[in-house]
Amino acid sequence: MTASVNGEPREVAAGTTVTALVVELGLPAGGRGVAVAIDGEVVPRAEWGTREVDEGARVEVLTAMQGG
Amino acid sequence: MLELAGRQLRSRLILGTGGFPSLELLREAIEASGTELVTVALRRIDPGMRGSLVDVLDAAGVELLPNTAGCFTARDAVMTARLAREAFETDLIKLEVIGDERTLLPDAPELLVAAEELVDDGFTVLPYTNDDPVLARRLEDVGCAAVMPAGSPIGSGIGIANPYNVALIVEHARVPVVLDAGIGTASDAALAMELGCDAVLCASAISRARDPVRMARAIRAAVEAGRAALEAGRIPRRRYAEASSPMHGLPELSGGPVE
Repeated sequence: MTASVNGEPREVAAGTTVTALVVELGLPAGGRGVAVAIDGEVVPRAEWGTREVDEGARVEVLTAMQGG
Repeated sequence: MLELAGRQLRSRLILGTGGFPSLELLREAIEASGTELVTVALRRIDPGMRGSLVDVLDAAGVELLPNTAGCFTARDAVMTARLAREAFETDLIKLEVIGDERTLLPDAPELLVAAEELVDDGFTVLPYTNDDPVLARRLEDVGCAAVMPAGSPIGSGIGIANPYNVALIVEHARVPVVLDAGIGTASDAALAMELGCDAVLCASAISRARDPVRMARAIRAAVEAGRAALEAGRIPRRRYAEASSPMHGLPELSGGPVE
């Protein structure tokens, strides 16, 4: 199935959790410095392990950048 | 000691991390600046990114102050703040709601709405604001932990365009005032402190200087000098000279012999 990850279509296996997606993207599973939103809502880190990425979901995976 | 957002900070310089050409230069500048608080932005992950900013900042022992840079509405800024809280496990937020692309000056009504919502949501809000004493008071009234007026537009290096307004903000504020944006060089930072600001937030003046590490050292010294000058109490300005050597006891040196 396909979800949108940071504005790009991406194939994700059914049942992929947020934690699994974050690891797939090469980020640490603990997620320090990483935030995830799905369909415009923040996904609290405590829910990463159970929250699945649905077909057509708009996922934003954000991290710290130099700025300000 | 600066008391800001419930923290005791020895350094009155907050460093923005934007614009440093490398993480190594950023690390060296942090050390040279003596800062204990640095800003970070939140953006989509960049697969090509080398090195972890958060790792560098954690190793430097500084606290993170996430910002909402790039947000043009209260709604986006609030969402970004909530994401930053998840990412960095902090309730601190440098609230920016921009109203104009060319000047990057704040959008006052949106800023106030976002500030109030974030305070209600438990954030410690440090708003980047205009040099407007009335808006500063409104932000304070909704519970912001500090006010951070722009000296002049972000990255412009113009310095403090309206020192009179900054002094007015300082005079009436019951929360710390942080001069944010517009610093071009060390003397601008010293002026901010002499005007009574509690701290200076500086990014581009350091990160885009020819020698960022040396400029970090210079601005650190300027912040310390300006603060010391404020505490020492400057002399009043006068229209005419006031001799610093005594006028009495002057010898008679001109004219001929006594008749």
